[in-house]
Amino acid sequence: MLKITNLQAKIGDKQILNGINLEIKAGEVHAIMGPNGSGKSTLASILAGREDYEITEGEVTFKGKDLLELAPEERAGEGVFLAFQYPVEIPGVSNTNFLRTAINEIRKYRGQEALDAVHFLKLMKEKVKLVEIDQALVQRSLNEGFSGGEKKRNEIFQMAMLEPSLAILDETDSGLDIDALRIVANGVNSLKNKENATIVVTHYQRLLDYIIPDFVHVLYKGRIVKSGGKELALELEEKGYDWLK
Amino acid sequence: MDKFIEYLESEFEKIQTESEVRKQAFEDFKSAGFPTTKHEEWKYTNLKNVFQNSFDSHAKSDLTAEEIRSQLAIYQAVEANILVFLNGNYLPELSKIVSADKDLHIQNLSQPNEISQKHFAKYAPAHEAFVALNTAFANGLLLKISKNTVLEKPIIFHFLNDSTQANPLLQVRNLIVLEKSSQATIIENFVSIGQNLSLSNLVSEIIVEENAQLDHYKLQNEGENAIHVGTTQIEIAQNGKASNTTISLGGKMIRNNLNMVLNGENCEAYMNGLYMPNGNTHIDNHTAVDHAKPNSYSNELYKGVLADKSTGVFNGKIFVRKDAQKTNAFQSNKNILLSENASVNTKPQLEIWANDVKCSHGCTIGALDEEPLFYLQSRGIPKEKARKMLLFAFVGDVLDRLKSDFVRNLVNDSIEKKLA
Repeated sequence: MLKITNLQAKIGDKQILNGINLEIKAGEVHAIMGPNGSGKSTLASILAGREDYEITEGEVTFKGKDLLELAPEERAGEGVFLAFQYPVEIPGVSNTNFLRTAINEIRKYRGQEALDAVHFLKLMKEKVKLVEIDQALVQRSLNEGFSGGEKKRNEIFQMAMLEPSLAILDETDSGLDIDALRIVANGVNSLKNKENATIVVTHYQRLLDYIIPDFVHVLYKGRIVKSGGKELALELEEKGYDWLK
Repeated sequence: MDKFIEYLESEFEKIQTESEVRKQAFEDFKSAGFPTTKHEEWKYTNLKNVFQNSFDSHAKSDLTAEEIRSQLAIYQAVEANILVFLNGNYLPELSKIVSADKDLHIQNLSQPNEISQKHFAKYAPAHEAFVALNTAFANGLLLKISKNTVLEKPIIFHFLNDSTQANPLLQVRNLIVLEKSSQATIIENFVSIGQNLSLSNLVSEIIVEENAQLDHYKLQNEGENAIHVGTTQIEIAQNGKASNTTISLGGKMIRNNLNMVLNGENCEAYMNGLYMPNGNTHIDNHTAVDHAKPNSYSNELYKGVLADKSTGVFNGKIFVRKDAQKTNAFQSNKNILLSENASVNTKPQLEIWANDVKCSHGCTIGALDEEPLFYLQSRGIPKEKARKMLLFAFVGDVLDRLKSDFVRNLVNDSIEKKLA
């Protein structure tokens, strides 16, 4: 589904990614771990299409298409979804209106007909239940005045609504209490199927108790320095990152 | 400029007025002279080029009654009193007055009347050149909303200017009195056709008597050759409440003076504004709220979205007189510049003589944030649409303050068209 080959990127003069290679197939969950500043969030942002970075080398294909050539909205249309580390507050744009616009723009991109109000509301009701998000939050302006946990939950709610084929969770667990973490993880797990894939970018092993990865990669100084199964996460928890440097 | 003043002198002779007020006003105008950028209040609005053109007080229009009526179709959604002005002249035959005369009395301003005797030219600053000039030529209506009347049907002024044949000069003057405990919604809608220049010099004086309530809207959607200088003077008496919302979407050069005087205790004044110039349009909003007596409240929110090479000015004065203890006054002006060539000058000006008051003000100028844009795009919303959503969100809190659904829909449609 996703193939990253020798991806190198910088921001300003600062080289951040130094040749990432990664292949993700449908049905898989990959965890990307690593210390602060290793390039985890940069990788997530580049996949979603953030423009702050300059790609100096390498390529990324998604379902056979050159992902780097696509605008962020086109990537969403193709099925890429980024759960933001710091979801932005947008006063004046209601969550509901935002989601309806997003869904219908994605459907338009795919040549599907727009979802009418009745079906949209039905879908929303269903997903509200799934991610256990407060109905009142959904009615409010996008993330405005939400707590950290509410913002993260809203990201997972959007993910549930948009049903992406590749979900990238960028530090979705950081700052969450255990109940919120469980709810977020349940949401992710119940959305998982054979057709989609998930990248979990995280700093802490704890999340991986709830979202079980098929592969764990350790990112250090813009490179994947070690890959393994879920047991690698436990090893990292125990030994820290120093032994890999 | 001299040529233009000569023209005005000859026009003033032609009207052969016997009114001492008008004669004095014309003298005041001549001694004041048109303001230049050396004048503190006109620092950022340069009229020099305007007066290199000639204007015609009697500009003709070929518009048929039918054509004008078809314009009025936008008001179909609401049952309203519609007062039609073409090139500054009231057209009773195309206007529609649906309220009873005992509730809403309308007559020509120059027709002798004790109300105009009492109020005409008493409030808008007489020393200002444009106001004085307007007083000299004052052409318009007197409206009276009777005591205890809640006027359910709004009053809509449809100001149409047609510059197809000449450069029209308009000097509309309206005097509106809301008597004690009355309530009314007044909408001034400015539209234009034609490719020539036009110059509107408009003054509305509105008296909100004790315990009366006014919602006033000024909607400006004129063509790119329309120059507008307007003064809205609102006097509020004890327990009175007034709001003005000024939405400026189109024109060549707009200067709005909005003055609200809170002349009694427990008054409330709301000043809301939205300006969205593009191209080379210049929009200047000068507002002043004058707290003269204790225990009053004012709240001002002006927002600007400036594109292309457009320029904007916001000047917001808050006066709190010595007597006006326990005044609450808030002011906010926020701007988004959509282009590197757009600019805005914003200046809050607070003058406070009382010592027990709560006043706050703030202003911001910035570009449209990249982060929310990326967020929306990452959810599949194309960049242009995302921009539009964010701009609507930015102006949303001004639109939310519009109490009239009819006005909100009208403004929404105009903004949609503008951002398309």
